Amino acid sequence: MCHDNLPLLEVDNLSVSFRMYDKAFEQRDLKVIQDLTITVNKGEILAVAGSSGSGKSLLAHAVLGLLPQNATVGGRIFYKGRPLDVENQRKLRGSEIALIPQSVTYLDPLMQVGKQARGADKSPKRLRRQREVFQRLNLTRQTEKLYPFQLSGGMARRVLFSTAIITDAELVIADEPTPGMHLDQALEALSILRELADKGKGIILITHDIDLALQFADKIAVFYAGTTVEELPVADFAKGPGALRHPYSKALWHALPQNDFMPIEGFQPYAGDLPEGCLFAPRCPLKTSECEAENPPMRKLRGGKVRCVHAS
Amino acid sequence: MDKQLAIKASGQRFGFNRRVRTVIISIFLLGIIIGIFIAGIFIGDDAMAVDFTRKGIRPSWEYPFGTDWLGRNMLLRTVKGLSISIMVGTVASAVSAVLATIIGIAAAMGSKWMDSAIGWLIDLVMGVPHLLLLILIAFACGRGLTGLLTGIAVTHWTGLARLVRAEVLQIRSQQYITISRRLGKSTGWILLHHILPHVLPQFVVGLVLLFPHAILHESSLSFLGYGLPPEQPAIGIILAESMKYLTGGMWWLAFFPGITLVLIVILFDKLGENLKTLLDPYSAHE
Amino acid sequence: MKRKRLINISKAIGKYLFRVLTLLLATSVVAFVLASLSPIDPVQQYVMGAGAVSMEQREAISEYWGLNAPPTERYLNWLSAILRGDMGVSILYRQPVAYIIADRFINTFALMMTSWILSGIIGFTLGCIMGIWRGKWVDSIIKRVCLVLCSVPTFWLGLVFLLIFSVWLGWFPIGFSSPIGIADSDVSIWQRLYHLALPALTLSFISFANVAMHTRQKLVDVLESDYVLFARARGEDTWTIMKRHGFRNTLLPAITLQFASFAELFGGSVLAENVFSYPGLGSAVSAAGLNSDVPLLLGITLFSALFVFSGNFIANIIYGVVDPRIGEERPHGQAIGD
Repeated sequence: MCHDNLPLLEVDNLSVSFRMYDKAFEQRDLKVIQDLTITVNKGEILAVAGSSGSGKSLLAHAVLGLLPQNATVGGRIFYKGRPLDVENQRKLRGSEIALIPQSVTYLDPLMQVGKQARGADKSPKRLRRQREVFQRLNLTRQTEKLYPFQLSGGMARRVLFSTAIITDAELVIADEPTPGMHLDQALEALSILRELADKGKGIILITHDIDLALQFADKIAVFYAGTTVEELPVADFAKGPGALRHPYSKALWHALPQNDFMPIEGFQPYAGDLPEGCLFAPRCPLKTSECEAENPPMRKLRGGKVRCVHAS
Repeated sequence: MDKQLAIKASGQRFGFNRRVRTVIISIFLLGIIIGIFIAGIFIGDDAMAVDFTRKGIRPSWEYPFGTDWLGRNMLLRTVKGLSISIMVGTVASAVSAVLATIIGIAAAMGSKWMDSAIGWLIDLVMGVPHLLLLILIAFACGRGLTGLLTGIAVTHWTGLARLVRAEVLQIRSQQYITISRRLGKSTGWILLHHILPHVLPQFVVGLVLLFPHAILHESSLSFLGYGLPPEQPAIGIILAESMKYLTGGMWWLAFFPGITLVLIVILFDKLGENLKTLLDPYSAHE
Repeated sequence: MKRKRLINISKAIGKYLFRVLTLLLATSVVAFVLASLSPIDPVQQYVMGAGAVSMEQREAISEYWGLNAPPTERYLNWLSAILRGDMGVSILYRQPVAYIIADRFINTFALMMTSWILSGIIGFTLGCIMGIWRGKWVDSIIKRVCLVLCSVPTFWLGLVFLLIFSVWLGWFPIGFSSPIGIADSDVSIWQRLYHLALPALTLSFISFANVAMHTRQKLVDVLESDYVLFARARGEDTWTIMKRHGFRNTLLPAITLQFASFAELFGGSVLAENVFSYPGLGSAVSAAGLNSDVPLLLGITLFSALFVFSGNFIANIIYGVVDPRIGEERPHGQAIGD
């Protein structure tokens, strides 16, 4: 197949903005994602890291075409080399692209969870598959008949997790799948993702648990204020700040408990209140006048990509 | 020159700031309502004037709403009727809204016992069909205006009282109230300075949104014969009288008074919604 | 788990029944007090049209009715009579109140149920249509119609229907639930339906708007919920989503709302019955009030309160039995949407 060397998913300069009305009823556009670029290859887990509000979940929704009506999307998304337009998104979601959502509210409160896990597919094959996956995730047979409100936080997470594994999706987008699970459950869940990747599927693992991501992922994309600042092989992160390219990635490394446990000063800017030029500049130790001119483009550097004029 | 600048500054997309527009529409709606009310006061006896030389005239330029079987001008009668409805509606909903606010605050600020007693009272009022309770109260008061006003005031406070109660409960749990209490402020002081200002918007909007119900019930009760005395041209009475003449083809006797009543009710409803948007922009997005 | 839930639900029902009992008792007190406050003298009302009645005879009637006893005693006498099934004799119809209520309730019940079902179906369907196409032109048109209908007085709508269907088109009769001059037992079901049609239509028109708007609101909440977003993420189309999640989550509130709307339904039927001279409880109660027929007025008031509370009671039960969340304790603290 000639498509084999193409990336499974390519997100190129994605931007998302929302039309909002503020208190004085004035309409304005709120840009929440800009210049976001990531690549996921077959057989790869891409971990997406960044603090909350950096646009991680919106990326998932943008890829699946699930953004609300008042959202405007710019940039390009390719799936297996073909542009992922509205029509394709409709065809592919659920079958080729699966989402693992991040909270119990994604389960219908009035439907038994077994039925929800199987989805609209009523075939016996689907039922068998669901039972297999539930067993694998340590969910008993009785769990099937329970309603979401009867589940503990960890059980609900595993049910959500099962929904994507039950399908034969090529690309799985896992939006913070592990919080609420016990450590061994989380490890089991992530090793299932690893197995899927090893079978040639592509995984996007949205998380702010960098530790877990380091154990299972192949690449990390670091998000900041709605943009990607760096995409790097996971090994570089393990090597330490010297191997990292972007000052924000370095700051993240220093903030980890096993390293310096030193949070970076300042706050991530809010959408609608973004600085001119490089979005990280106001908090950056390397800031120069050059940084304030424009948001630097993503460029290749030492086997990764970085969005910083000073990186070397 | 200045004017152009002003328009530009007040918002480009709409040509007008939406807030300003909402205010203007509200004033306009209020103007119509007040206009009809005042017109009704000035009409006086003209609405009763009997003239057999012009009985049963179809709607025309001279008599836009036609005349009835006694030759009375239906336009004048309708305006007079609407004016009466607006008056009754205003008084009754004002009393009802004050009642609702007091009861709502009492439920939220009083003891647990008080709260459940008020909840029970609300259930009681809601348990008897409104119209039946209205009939009973009108009956108790010997019909007429007093019975009508009392009835509407006593039956319509429940919904708003619940809203006020919820609002006060929410404010009460807020940090600054607790701090006020620790600072030794009395309940009365807190009520006056913290609770009432917050409840005021609810009160105003609730008051205006009570109008439609009050007016509809007023006309229903008058229609059944419990409201105003039959010589008053209230809309309900006009419509009840018209029933005898509908088979004779005098459709305008029922059509115009009814449709104008509907319009007035819609006007009040719109006014209420506009006020809601103005006073509480976040709640009124839908 | 099942047993425990049953016990919990039974407990809630018991508690509610107790509340209904106190409320009914209070209703009887309020109704009795209001009726006795009336300045109209019931004896005068009773003897009106009976020719010359001496003061002694009046006194005798007062004594017979127990009107000379203190109010508390009168109330207790009245209440105990009602509890024994004796609701007194209607002054207006000169028949036992219980008999009149039973007779007329059949008519009113037919009227209310017809419009109840009709308005439920129409309202729910329109609400779903608005919800699915929210923000589109269908939505805004139906929404506008509903808002206008909420502002229309029942009796005027009845008059308009009367004008259109009876006077102009001549399709329906102008009044009475059975044709005049035919014995009640000879009236066929078709003839009854024929006379029921317009009042029922009026009543349904008044109430479907409310159901439609509530259903719309609920469905919009459902369709904008996370779980529907997730359903779309899994490739479900709108119809599948409606089948799997939409109806499941909106039908229950809609049905509950319908049961809880008995009070408005009753009020509406009073007006509709008066417009169409339909011989039900509604026309009886307004006649009773106008003619100072206190026993009938009180009887129907109590009966209607019982009717309304039954509706609310059924609404509560449906919610309790059908919604799996009611009556269950959550096993682990943070299970529901935190």
